[in-house]
Amino acid sequence: MNWHAMRAIYLFEMARTRRTLLQSVISPVISTSLYFVVFGAAIGSRIDEIEGISYGAFIVPGLIMLSLLTQSVANASFGIYFPKFTGTIYELLSAPISYIEIAAAYVGAAATKSIILGLIILATAGLFVPLQVAHPLWMLLFLVLTAVTFSLFGFIIGIWADNFEKLQLVPLLIITPLTFLGGSFYSINMLPPVWQTITLFNPVVYLVSGFRWSFYDVADVGVGVSLVMTLLFLAVFLAVVAWIFKTGYRLKT
Amino acid sequence: MHNILSVSELSKTYDSRFQALKRINLDIRRGEIFALLGPNGAGKTTLISIICGIVKASEGSVRVDGHDIVADYRAARAMIGLVPQELTTDAFESVWATVSFSRGLFGKPANPAYIEKILRELSLWNKKDSKIITLSGGMKRRLLIAKALSHEPEILFLDEPTAGVDVNLRRDMWQLVRSLQATGVTIILTTHYIDEAEEMADRIGVISKGEIILVDEKAELMRKLGKKQMTLQLQTTLERIPPALAAYQLELASDGNELIYTFDAQGERTGIVALLKELNDADIVFKDLHTTQSSLEDIFVSLVKEEK
Repeated sequence: MNWHAMRAIYLFEMARTRRTLLQSVISPVISTSLYFVVFGAAIGSRIDEIEGISYGAFIVPGLIMLSLLTQSVANASFGIYFPKFTGTIYELLSAPISYIEIAAAYVGAAATKSIILGLIILATAGLFVPLQVAHPLWMLLFLVLTAVTFSLFGFIIGIWADNFEKLQLVPLLIITPLTFLGGSFYSINMLPPVWQTITLFNPVVYLVSGFRWSFYDVADVGVGVSLVMTLLFLAVFLAVVAWIFKTGYRLKT
Repeated sequence: MHNILSVSELSKTYDSRFQALKRINLDIRRGEIFALLGPNGAGKTTLISIICGIVKASEGSVRVDGHDIVADYRAARAMIGLVPQELTTDAFESVWATVSFSRGLFGKPANPAYIEKILRELSLWNKKDSKIITLSGGMKRRLLIAKALSHEPEILFLDEPTAGVDVNLRRDMWQLVRSLQATGVTIILTTHYIDEAEEMADRIGVISKGEIILVDEKAELMRKLGKKQMTLQLQTTLERIPPALAAYQLELASDGNELIYTFDAQGERTGIVALLKELNDADIVFKDLHTTQSSLEDIFVSLVKEEK
């Protein structure tokens, strides 16, 4: 293993976050706070409790998951796309480093940033609503697994994208809608039966449900199913990354 | 001399079916400066890119000090530094951070003293905390060299190192390349500037349409293919060359005011004495004469023309 190289990439990416602190950390925190103000305080005060949990507290796991998914994808996709865009990718490709090490370093950095952000949002949420975390270790496990899985997804998007439009396309048109429709702001039990069934095809449902269970011991689907589905997504994205590296897709001609 | 780099039967065909390299065979000797000359699209950058791991070869193999670039890529790549043709940098990174990053990327532990030494040698020390975006073009070029040297490579590829830099900086670069060679670094450079190759290279390879058409010692190349010309400035304008002088294959230039005689400087007889005598016999008077030797550029142009 080329640990020096992995460390160099990891620290380089983390340094970029420090340089762009406003964009990387403060913006998502502000937008999440706005969600709390709008959905939690303004609208939430008119909504009954859901499964014994105040609406403001109920949406906390979903809001964290929303930021975790979008930021994991955005951080990882930008991290690998930017060297392609500027041309500095030549240095990565000519270095004595394996593709697995490159992916681990970029995905590790992106996931770290997302996890830090998730924890900051959790702390911010604590300022607005009373929080409880029933299963802290499970909460951390879901947080880390989701961040890594969707950072891998972001890495794939970053390699696939050959312009900034494509880079934004998947997060805007797929991730955000799926998260909003994946039970971030409601329990899927509140939907008509047909829509409940349709919603089960949305992968984000399992992530939000498992994460919410770790907070409040309530879930739309069993926690075991959530865990298996999260691991399944991880396996799928790992397989795609392995294929990209094997073929050199969009990296080497 | 031991070869540090061996390219064997290397071919590259892109997905567009364009064949960029055709069964290239090339050996680079340890410690030499090798200049690869060729017109645009000849395959120079493709060849370098394959050796450095940026582009995949279609066929053939490359060994760097005995290490296959595919099977043993870590050992092979750790020995190579690459200065690309384009000024590709992270605009918002500092000089110090980007050079340190390159060292780490190539598997070397941090060594601030060594990074300082490189930056000082490349006159970038006082810019170490500056963002790359604030550097001039020449500084960026030197920065790319610093990045390539950061992991102490044994082979340095310079792809068009002086493209777009001013005359003074070019001379500084040449000096730097010579000093690197003195420390044992093998240097392979591609260039459009023939005088650059003529000035620096120990050996020269010419690539055209994906094929290496010639590899030779620079001096030997000049000797084999170099021609000398003697130009006579005539006292009176000559309308045509007298038939008696046809054997000398003279050329009439400058509206009949100059006669040019091309001869082999290495030949047993140059024919100059006999020509001057015959000119005298033909009552052709000249007021001045000078000789010139064909440059590497002339040789290069004629070689590439022949290929066409």
